[in-house]
Amino acid sequence: MIQFLVHDTVDNVGVAVVDIPANTDCTGRDLSTNKPMQAKSLEAIPLGHKIALKDFKTGDEVTKYGCVIGRIVKDVATGHHVHTQNLKTKRWA
Amino acid sequence: MANSADRKVLGYRRENGRVGVRNHVIILPVDDISNAACEAVANNVKGTMALPHAYGRLQFGEDLDLHFRTMIGTGANPNVAAVIVIGIEAGWTNKIVEGIATTGKPVTGFSIEGNGDIKTISMASYKAKEYVQWASELQRSECDLKELYISVKCGESDTTTGLSSCPAVGNVIDKHCANGGTASFGETSELTGAEHIVAAKAANDEVREKFFEFFNDYTKLVFDQKTNDLSESQPTKGNIAGGLTTIEEKALGNVEKLGKKTKFVGCLPPAVAPDKAGLWFMDTSSAAAEAVTLWAASGAVVHLFPTGQGNVIGNPIEPVIKLTGNPKTMSTMAEHIDVDVSPVLQGEMTIDEAGDALLDMVVRTANGRLTAAEALGHREFVMTKLYRSA
Repeated sequence: MIQFLVHDTVDNVGVAVVDIPANTDCTGRDLSTNKPMQAKSLEAIPLGHKIALKDFKTGDEVTKYGCVIGRIVKDVATGHHVHTQNLKTKRWA
Repeated sequence: MANSADRKVLGYRRENGRVGVRNHVIILPVDDISNAACEAVANNVKGTMALPHAYGRLQFGEDLDLHFRTMIGTGANPNVAAVIVIGIEAGWTNKIVEGIATTGKPVTGFSIEGNGDIKTISMASYKAKEYVQWASELQRSECDLKELYISVKCGESDTTTGLSSCPAVGNVIDKHCANGGTASFGETSELTGAEHIVAAKAANDEVREKFFEFFNDYTKLVFDQKTNDLSESQPTKGNIAGGLTTIEEKALGNVEKLGKKTKFVGCLPPAVAPDKAGLWFMDTSSAAAEAVTLWAASGAVVHLFPTGQGNVIGNPIEPVIKLTGNPKTMSTMAEHIDVDVSPVLQGEMTIDEAGDALLDMVVRTANGRLTAAEALGHREFVMTKLYRSA
């Protein structure tokens, strides 16, 4: 079973395609190369939500689809949930 | 067969040669105060449909132009066989009647002042009965799939739409436009963060400049009116529940609908019809019912609507085909979904296969299958209003 997908090789977040419980070793796939990937969730990641694939510091950019989707406003460690609590738009702000 | 250039559908060929897939007789109010008469006529004459709306009085300038374009375009849509127009007075009523009449389809206007509702309803009902019985004898005939003008817009998106249902629509756009078909995308504000990707898909510099003109105008409107960073509106609460965090992320999923290969050939103001085949950008709101109403008024006859969290929208004029890639939505809201592309998430269905499944549903819908939204009675007709009336 695939648990997360990554749109592009340069992306630093993955998308959960099932509900991933905390502390789970996950199998993913890079859609641009079709290669398998591994990650470990350190908190629950609901279906459709993003998992950090690196340690982010405040001010870092998050990349998905090979493009910047916003900036980190609170540090996030690898394996944690990336969403509105730590990621904000760079537009309309 | 799925992508064959000579694939056929059974449509209604209208007087002006255009192909529709529905055979509506509509009772169209010019203004808000004519809704009651229109609804009474539709109640008297079975098989007709009133399209009540909130506007049409004291509008002016560009906003009034858009009102007339939407009214005339709705009546002119090839999914409409015949039209009764009812307005409070004869001037604007006749303007709309004359606009629709250029298609060659039957259309008659009635005005209420000097008659009152009851006499107007009586006269309009006799004419509506004549129209609906005439329309009921029109036959479908074999038409080319490429003759269908298709509009696309997603709603209540989540991250699964960017992974599955939007790329499936993009796959259909690539196939349809390569075969000589016509299609349109829009949602101007929801391109924010992906406008560079859209710009790269413009057929030439002139089209690209025109796109940025529309995009920058809409961005300015958002900035002029906004009271915060819009995080209460864009992404929507549903988007956020589905995992989308920022407008950029939402836009990047959205533009998957444009396909991999297709360049767009022009930019349209709201409710303006494309004048040649190919993919077109239309300047629309990102609110589903408003946007689809504008596309129907531009002549689109089938709409493709990817949803993640489960938007339930329909339109009275063009059938709205819904697809989702979210397995939870498929299990909780299946009655709203026409095409399930959720196997894409597990790699059990390719985007090309999802596109073929969607194209098959376009053909079935064109041939007469009711969409989920049609079967459930979704007829959201929402006029776009640009500013306050005089």
